[in-house]
Amino acid sequence: MSLSGAQVMLECLRREGVAHVFGYPGGSVLPIYDALYDCHDIMHVLVRHEQGAAHMADGYARATGKVGVCLATSGPGATNLVTGIANAYMDSIPMVAITGQVRTTAIGKDAFQEADITGITIPVTKHNFLVKDAADLPRTFAEAFHVARTGRPGPVLVDMPLDVSQQRIEWSGDQYPQKVDMPSYRPTTRGHEVQIKRAAAAIAQAARPVLYVGGGAISSGAQAEVTELAERTNILVTTTLLGKGAISEAHPLCMGMLGMHGTAYANHAVHNCDLLIAIGARFDDRVTGKVDRFAPGARVIHIDIDPAEIGKVRQPEIPIVGDVKTVLQVLLKHVEPRPAGEWNEQIEEWRQRFPLVYPRDGGLYTEAIIEHIGEATEWKAVMATDVGQHQMWAAQYFRTRAPRQWITSGGLGTMGYGLPAAIGAQFARPDERVVCLSGDGSFQMCTQELMTASIYGLPLIVCISNNRSLGMVRQWQEMFYHERYSHVDLEQSPDFVKLAEAYNCIGYRVTTLEEFRAAFSAALEQTNRPVVIDCSVTGAENVFPMIPSGQTVNEMRMHTRLEELRSAPNADPEGWSYDEEDQKLSQIVDAGHGGARKEN
Amino acid sequence: MALTLSGPSSVQGQQHIITVLVENHPGVLARVSGLFARRGYNIESLTVSITENPDVSRMTIVVGGDELVLEQITKQLNKLIEVMRVVDYTEFAAVERELALIKVNAEPRDRAEIMQIVEVFRARIIDMGERAFIIEVTGGTDKIDKIRDLLAPHGIREMVRTGVIAMARGSRTA
Repeated sequence: MSLSGAQVMLECLRREGVAHVFGYPGGSVLPIYDALYDCHDIMHVLVRHEQGAAHMADGYARATGKVGVCLATSGPGATNLVTGIANAYMDSIPMVAITGQVRTTAIGKDAFQEADITGITIPVTKHNFLVKDAADLPRTFAEAFHVARTGRPGPVLVDMPLDVSQQRIEWSGDQYPQKVDMPSYRPTTRGHEVQIKRAAAAIAQAARPVLYVGGGAISSGAQAEVTELAERTNILVTTTLLGKGAISEAHPLCMGMLGMHGTAYANHAVHNCDLLIAIGARFDDRVTGKVDRFAPGARVIHIDIDPAEIGKVRQPEIPIVGDVKTVLQVLLKHVEPRPAGEWNEQIEEWRQRFPLVYPRDGGLYTEAIIEHIGEATEWKAVMATDVGQHQMWAAQYFRTRAPRQWITSGGLGTMGYGLPAAIGAQFARPDERVVCLSGDGSFQMCTQELMTASIYGLPLIVCISNNRSLGMVRQWQEMFYHERYSHVDLEQSPDFVKLAEAYNCIGYRVTTLEEFRAAFSAALEQTNRPVVIDCSVTGAENVFPMIPSGQTVNEMRMHTRLEELRSAPNADPEGWSYDEEDQKLSQIVDAGHGGARKEN
Repeated sequence: MALTLSGPSSVQGQQHIITVLVENHPGVLARVSGLFARRGYNIESLTVSITENPDVSRMTIVVGGDELVLEQITKQLNKLIEVMRVVDYTEFAAVERELALIKVNAEPRDRAEIMQIVEVFRARIIDMGERAFIIEVTGGTDKIDKIRDLLAPHGIREMVRTGVIAMARGSRTA
């Protein structure tokens, strides 16, 4: 059977089990869109801007563990993907980005809509390909998907010139490689047994150990192992922003996030620990602050699938290169039960002394919105955030029960990520409630994707924490730039309710917590229409605790009203505590969505 | 081809000669050199050529930095999909060579002295014009630096160096 390169490409996507492609047409992808015209088993989602397509593929990947796929034309289409690709790269998210390119004969001639996208994306992709012959397509796509999802996952770009998409080749169906063998790419997944035994011995010897768990635990699907390790040894766990969900945050052994806006008790625990067990985490500067004062007295065990992460920032005493889940399974064979001791009591004392607080005075605070979203959805909603203060509050207050329930832009910190990522997640998990928490700044960076959500009838709930300013930048200007508020005022924003309605979504504006509760409960009734809730929150609030950039736990700034708020009668809200359902929930989610990386 | 991005001995710490075996694909050089620029590593010289296997290219890179920097460089290079192998020649005995062409002023009264320098360094004069010679010299970086310094008083009009290439002594291969 003779097929065009574009048709062969679709065959390749079928072989990889791709169900959704987020894309936008243009001149050099016309053959691909012509092939899509007859394609009914792969759903193409038409976005409104290519950046949205990349973020949707990213959100889709985070919500499932599968490789997200986006498609754009050459030149501006391709360059519009770059932010989304860089975002996926920084957070190690598996993605295949397909771009059109001008004809092979026109490459390098500054042809219309030509951009050297493989050159541009070298620093932000795990790998990329420029296909010059349609006969290479099967091998190229097999390698692209293999590279994207194995080892440390990441985005891979495949650039397809127009004439390659048009080129006809004979297709028998068995050209697609059954197995990918790349001699120069063989990630180490099994940790070194001797090192793992040393790690077990170090754990047995430690008086003040802490588990520091990052996104690697999510991408390897290791929450059962992380939880088992913590429970058996009674070692408390702190997660990074991307590690949220690696253990249920209602678990008594979970201390929440560490770092710049992490919980004070997690930061005190890490600062004073004598053994830091880093699992799929990379010692990011937002976690460590001043590197040589981070966990200064600790021996370090570092488990990571990427050898380059070992010793990049902190030299570990016990490095273990391998897949987190695989390594922890072996480690668990050697780790003996360990009772909770004084160290656990010390951390509990810190937890009591330095709780997360905000004024629970009925005012419309972003923290209250987040807690209500959690309670109203039994903490089961898939939560996608944008970037800024609301994101940090969500990291603190949205108690993630299961992996892949928390979708946020960590490494790159991309404003505008939240809405398209939530759309991607909703396509991936159509039967679950997806909530996007955004800010009035972030929301305006990818607003146009409301149309995508609206056309496809997604029951998304978008909550805009509207403080009429770029809150995080304003916070830094207040604290570090002598309250010189330079260009952070967003008083002049569009009417978000009218804007929502213009996109055929439902819009609500709320100014009190009561109104928010009512609007959110109305939104939960929707099954096929997005709802935007513009929440006019109390302005000029700051995120605490905060360790200023490059400083240490000793410089941590607590909430200015900590003493008063800690002892307020309603300081501890009704919530849920860790129960059997949490465990069950994690496992269900993992079995349903996390199975895509088994083949490495 | 060679690429010298900074003058010799301009960086702190030890110099390392590393050999990188890569798949012979277009664009590999950009990936490797871009990695050095992006992560702030200092390349002294970089040469690329084909090897005994036409599918494999060999890059020889002279790089400055301490052990930790070199470890990161090695690991980051290994992460590039098309990189097959990275070998640090500082770890064992290796032969290092570089070739330079030096065009030096050669007024009649200076010619004897220049020819004597060439003789001592076992270099060769490969072009003799009325006012200038082109001298070809092969050796370690130090030797080439030395002859350059000795020729400098006569006026070096132009110089080109290949950058270092290296090979392990004995039967060991990269």
